[in-house]
Amino acid sequence: MSKLLEIEGLGITFGGLKAVQDVGFSAQPGEIVSVIGPNGAGKTTLFNMISGIYRPSTGSVKLDGEVVTALDPYLLARRGLSRTFQNLQIFQTMSVLENAISGFHLQERGPILADLLHLPSMRRRAAAAKAEARGLLDRVRLGNAAEKEASSLSYGALKRLEIARALALKPRVLLLDEPAAGCNAVETEEIDHLIAEVAASGVAILLVEHDMKMVMRISNHIVVLDHGEKIAEGDPATVSRNPKVIEAYLGTDAQEEATHA
Amino acid sequence: MINKRLTLLILAVILIASPFFFPSNFYYRIGSLIFVNGLAVTGLVILIGYAGQISLGHAGFAGIGGYSCALLPVHLGLHPGPAAIVGALLSGGIAWLVGRPILRLKGHYLAIATLGFGILVAMVLANEAWLTRGPDGIDVPDLGLNDLLELVGIDLTNSQFWYWFSGLVFLVGAWIALNLYDSPTGRALRALHGSEIAARTVGIDVARAKLQAFVISAIYASLAGSLLALQNQFITPDVAGFMHSIEWVTMAVLGGAASVLGAFFGAAILTTLPQVLTVFQEYEQILLGLVMMLCMIFMREGLLPSILRAVRGREK
Repeated sequence: MSKLLEIEGLGITFGGLKAVQDVGFSAQPGEIVSVIGPNGAGKTTLFNMISGIYRPSTGSVKLDGEVVTALDPYLLARRGLSRTFQNLQIFQTMSVLENAISGFHLQERGPILADLLHLPSMRRRAAAAKAEARGLLDRVRLGNAAEKEASSLSYGALKRLEIARALALKPRVLLLDEPAAGCNAVETEEIDHLIAEVAASGVAILLVEHDMKMVMRISNHIVVLDHGEKIAEGDPATVSRNPKVIEAYLGTDAQEEATHA
Repeated sequence: MINKRLTLLILAVILIASPFFFPSNFYYRIGSLIFVNGLAVTGLVILIGYAGQISLGHAGFAGIGGYSCALLPVHLGLHPGPAAIVGALLSGGIAWLVGRPILRLKGHYLAIATLGFGILVAMVLANEAWLTRGPDGIDVPDLGLNDLLELVGIDLTNSQFWYWFSGLVFLVGAWIALNLYDSPTGRALRALHGSEIAARTVGIDVARAKLQAFVISAIYASLAGSLLALQNQFITPDVAGFMHSIEWVTMAVLGGAASVLGAFFGAAILTTLPQVLTVFQEYEQILLGLVMMLCMIFMREGLLPSILRAVRGREK
């Protein structure tokens, strides 16, 4: 049986610089796969390739056995892959509710004539999307902020709004790029629970996150990148003991000290 | 947020109440011009305000719409009314063809490409004299609707008829634009305006959405051009000119590019101003540039949203 998400030999070069090379791993429904590594290791670049924003120079991305390498993000969205962004990509001039509703685009879109004339068919679709969006906002504890302008929210709240928008697509694969960055301990724990809950519903989750406690706690599988290459992978316990990983994070001196100690 | 009903109510009240304050027939003419410009600017609100794309060539579509009303009756014997509809469809079709390659461009590049398109249309209209009678312009047949109204007992002067007719067309255009704002397509347009990358990741076909906005706004401009030609019963290639495009963009920016009500006020101010300041006629273009610059420096959201914000700020 083929895996839900299968990545093989993925690599990209920016003007001679090999930003990521030969990275491969896979994810199954309900699995949380974390991608970790020091700053500049190529985590976000990897995400951008998987989600179709960058065109990889080598390798392939398969969704349910179908090759979807470098497909435009909107086509990937239609195949059930959605994502959030490290540097927020919120629709600033819209209300919080409208941001969430826009995640239901594929569900609420219809003939343009119905939109221009506000035909009953369009109203039904829009009302259904709106009701579901409200439910999602409640789920990420933004229900009370629904009518506010998105730009007025705090950083942590915007992070949650992005997750809500990504969940609106009812994805099979969800890529989360630092969902807990800039969040306090309480918020981090909430996001933690939310991710576990989403995974439990059968979504394959790819996670980039710097909060190691969180990563170790919720991941089923961890892929470690350094200088654009995969240096280790495995379950959290195996990875955290791997000398190469310790070296990448702390440097060789630290490793020596660790062994001497 | 745009309140649809309130906006339509305000516009309807303005349409109905203004004539009570008109000292002479001439004011109906100005009012009609405001609505015609308002219609084109409302189209630009969809393109610039909703979708965040620029066009400096929309007068080109007005040229197509206007000349359709002149040429289709002459060459094909079509009634000028249906000719305006054919013109709008033609403009939509051309916008679709032209938009596909040029909407890949962003910012300045898109501005230059659309500018080129507008100039191209104006040049064709001026130079292909065998078809268009060249730079001196061409007569446009009477729409005949006013005569029909006279038969049923409604007696309007020509200016009065065009005031009411343009006003109604503008109201319908405003209604459609407001519908679009709060619809899945409108949300998609505003989403790609906010973040193209995020719009793509929620499944929006960005290229298609931009094209839709471009085609719709082209149809608005085309109908505005038709209305202009029909009420003047004459048209010259100037209608498609570069300055005409700039005028409309300035109106949209002045009013507040994302607001239909703003579009109307932008159109009203910049249509009336040259009439009031006839002494400065030669400096009209300088004035236009000045308005644009001041807007960009002091009120980047446009007149109406800036005023609303200031009022709300004082209430707090």
